[in-house]
Amino acid sequence: MKKDSFWKRVTGWSLFLPVVSLLLVMAVNIIHDIAVGANPLSFFMITLRQTTGNGTILYGRIIDILNRGSEVAILAIGMTLVVSSSAGTDISVGSVMSLCASFCCMLLAGYGVSSATTLACPLIVGILAGILLGVICGMFNGTLVAYFGIQPMVATLILYSAARAIGLLLCNDLIVYVRNGTFGIFGGFLGVIPTPVVIAAICILVMTLVLKKTALGMYIQSVGINGRASRIAGLNSKRIIFLTYMLCGLFAGIAGIVASSRITSADSNNIGLYFEMDAILAVALGGNSLGGGKFNLAGSIIGAYTIQAITTTLYALGVSSTQAPVFKAVIVILIVAIQAPPLKAYMKRRNMAKQVKGAA
Amino acid sequence: MEENVVLTARGITMTFPGVKALENVDFTLRKGEIHALMGENGAGKSTLIKCLTGINDFEAGEIHVDGISGPVKNHSTKDAQEVGISTVYQEVNLCPNLSVAENLFIGREPMTKFHTVDRRSYNKRSQKIMDELGIAVDVTQNLENYSLAIQQMVAIARAVDMDCKVLILDEPTSSLDDEEVEKLFTLMRSLRDKGVGIIFVTHFLEQVYAVCDRITVLRDGQLVGEYPIADLPRVKLVAAMMGKNLDDLAEIQKESIEDVSRNPLEISAKGLSHTGTIKPFDLDIHKGEVVGIAGLLGSGRSELARAIYGADRASSGTLSVGGKEVKIKEPIDAMNLGMGMLPDDRKAEGIIGDLSVRENIILALQAKRGMFNLLSRAKQEEIAARYIDLVQIKTADQETLVKQLSGGNQQKVILARWLATDPDFLILDEPTRGIDVGTKSEIQKMIVKLAGEGKSILFISSEIAEMLRTCNRMAIMRDGEKVGELDHDLTQENVMKAIAGGEGTK
Ligand SMILES: Nc1ncnc2c1ncn2[C@@H]1O[C@H](COP(=O)(O)OP(=O)(O)OP(=O)(O)O)[C@@H](O)[C@H]1O
Ligand SMILES: [Mg+2]
Repeated sequence: MKKDSFWKRVTGWSLFLPVVSLLLVMAVNIIHDIAVGANPLSFFMITLRQTTGNGTILYGRIIDILNRGSEVAILAIGMTLVVSSSAGTDISVGSVMSLCASFCCMLLAGYGVSSATTLACPLIVGILAGILLGVICGMFNGTLVAYFGIQPMVATLILYSAARAIGLLLCNDLIVYVRNGTFGIFGGFLGVIPTPVVIAAICILVMTLVLKKTALGMYIQSVGINGRASRIAGLNSKRIIFLTYMLCGLFAGIAGIVASSRITSADSNNIGLYFEMDAILAVALGGNSLGGGKFNLAGSIIGAYTIQAITTTLYALGVSSTQAPVFKAVIVILIVAIQAPPLKAYMKRRNMAKQVKGAA
Repeated sequence: MEENVVLTARGITMTFPGVKALENVDFTLRKGEIHALMGENGAGKSTLIKCLTGINDFEAGEIHVDGISGPVKNHSTKDAQEVGISTVYQEVNLCPNLSVAENLFIGREPMTKFHTVDRRSYNKRSQKIMDELGIAVDVTQNLENYSLAIQQMVAIARAVDMDCKVLILDEPTSSLDDEEVEKLFTLMRSLRDKGVGIIFVTHFLEQVYAVCDRITVLRDGQLVGEYPIADLPRVKLVAAMMGKNLDDLAEIQKESIEDVSRNPLEISAKGLSHTGTIKPFDLDIHKGEVVGIAGLLGSGRSELARAIYGADRASSGTLSVGGKEVKIKEPIDAMNLGMGMLPDDRKAEGIIGDLSVRENIILALQAKRGMFNLLSRAKQEEIAARYIDLVQIKTADQETLVKQLSGGNQQKVILARWLATDPDFLILDEPTRGIDVGTKSEIQKMIVKLAGEGKSILFISSEIAEMLRTCNRMAIMRDGEKVGELDHDLTQENVMKAIAGGEGTK
């Protein structure tokens, strides 16, 4: 039998779509740099820079993308699992981020205090409590989806609208500032490296290890592909779906702390705003089917950073932050179109026709 | 096109990655004949059918249909219907969450004069169609409320209700009992007499000789030959399919039915029931015993097994395993007590289509070991390889997605999954569904061998002969109730009598 052509093998590769989108964004940057007469490789340049304090940090567009994309990357991990197991999305993650940030800052600053320089409780307690609240939110969503059989979109709509408001309540309708050097570190720098990048890397690493060393990955996919058959084969489908939502909440909590530490405050109205959309988009961009089943975590992560790269590029191109969503929407349409079955079928038929001609 | 020929396929070639599914295959169907398409699992029967109906895009070859000049190229089942080819596929592909009537008329709904779907008229017409076939269903109920056998009959009813020149039936009888099979045959004969050409795929050889006029045999994607039925007696047919001689009727009968009634009890159910599907029943199964469950379609055979296994949680009664009373809430509890269950609906409850053959085989074993006790990749591959070999799964390799296997080979994968867990008590609900004659007798031998090793088996099959060859005892089911047991004089006649009611029970 004939070996598959190089082209066919490449297009069949599971990371084809995410990597191509990322390369495309890079190409746009290079072209732009050439057009404005800058160094064509300035996109990739990383330099050391003195900060206003007395530290040195890594600086460059790539670093910026990795840094700012961390929250979405962290969210994308959980979202990938949720999509796989339940063929639905968790649209509450952005609001849950905000709630966790508010809760954490409220504990650190003390209730009703809008700006604190001394901590009302140990830093670690505030942070863990914030993350724990994320887990609880995830468990709430998971219970509704797995045990009450509510559609994921509808079930998570509850926290989507409520979580942010609860956060505001916790903060007494204030923006709570925690002006304490150590709190800012999670959104700042660890040595020369941005801490969010380190946190995202740890999350990704731990999840990858869990997927490699346990049967969780197989369980989730199995349940997502055929829940009834998985149950007969001894899997507790409901518990596994519950678990994915819980993990999704956990990662939303972590992302919330990072986002809040970045601005050393809990700005309930703005933290995590529209992040659920980016997280879902990251999963889709990663070549994962939103219909559940097989998943590809690496794809989602690349997808998350691609989205940040798109945003950064748009700003670099001078698109204002209010217009950026329009461009993102166009990109989403393109991706959905590429993945759409009619187009895939068309490509397949074309390939086939070529082969037949070749054989004749 | 020749006189009297309604469909021809010439030189059909079709490859999947790693498999040459069809190679230069010719096929001719005449008007008013029932034409059996035969071959082992994975021989290419379903693939050929999907080429005819436009689901598969074949690479080379031509298809001609009577009344249409030039080669026909279908792109979908709908195209095929337009040229007069109506099909029942091997896997029922109706919509479980639509009503029976909606399934019968989907894509061709009768319209009112306001261009809305005329629900009343099609409900009435559907009821009439099902009544004519003698199938007792409420057509307004969702399809998923009915057993696989009824679903299969609905698929058949849908296909025959469409005006067609060619009717294709890919293993339509795999879940049916003798009675439904007879109904289907009557229907097929009357269509044949009206001049319809019928392609019939089955692994039940008796059925071939009961209705068919002609046989085409495929082996490994190649045409072996086309024969008038009289020229190809059973032994020769099997030889043509397998490429070697095998007397599939050679008895596998247990040498002498061993008396296992004094062995310790493995399973003892007292008053077990599941509301709505099965009334309270008692059932004892000894170690080393094979117990069959016989009954008509919908008599509660699968439901009895499901209540024991916890697939449907028992609503009353007690269950003891190995002498200890146990509570089973979920299948995993049953598995941890050493049980396993091969369910009858392969597509809905068996295969995990998008996972590989390897993953499908180790799934239950892995579930039993628990999430944190992952089998190493090497171990997984070793187990998969062992069972692929043992039950003769025909697959390109271990990493092939299970949905890409032929129907019979998917069934073997599920069987392998349960054998790999090494259960003490195994429930086999139609284990040989869609499996070819050669492998079927292998599986029956395997059942007898497992029992010989002291395992207990609950065996459900719509083929009584198959159970007679392997079972020590039989439970008789009627209308969702266990009505009796037969433990001596197990003959086809006695079992039939018991099923039908009257004497011979209790
Ligand atoms: N979608 C697919 N992708 C890859 N391989 C396939 C696909 N469908 C079928 N095959 C392969 O083609 C071969 C023929 O399969 P086919 O389903 O036609 O067998 P069959 O004769 O119908 O067998 P059975 O009696 O088990 O139903 C098999 O080896 C199968 O693995
Ligand atoms: Mg088949």
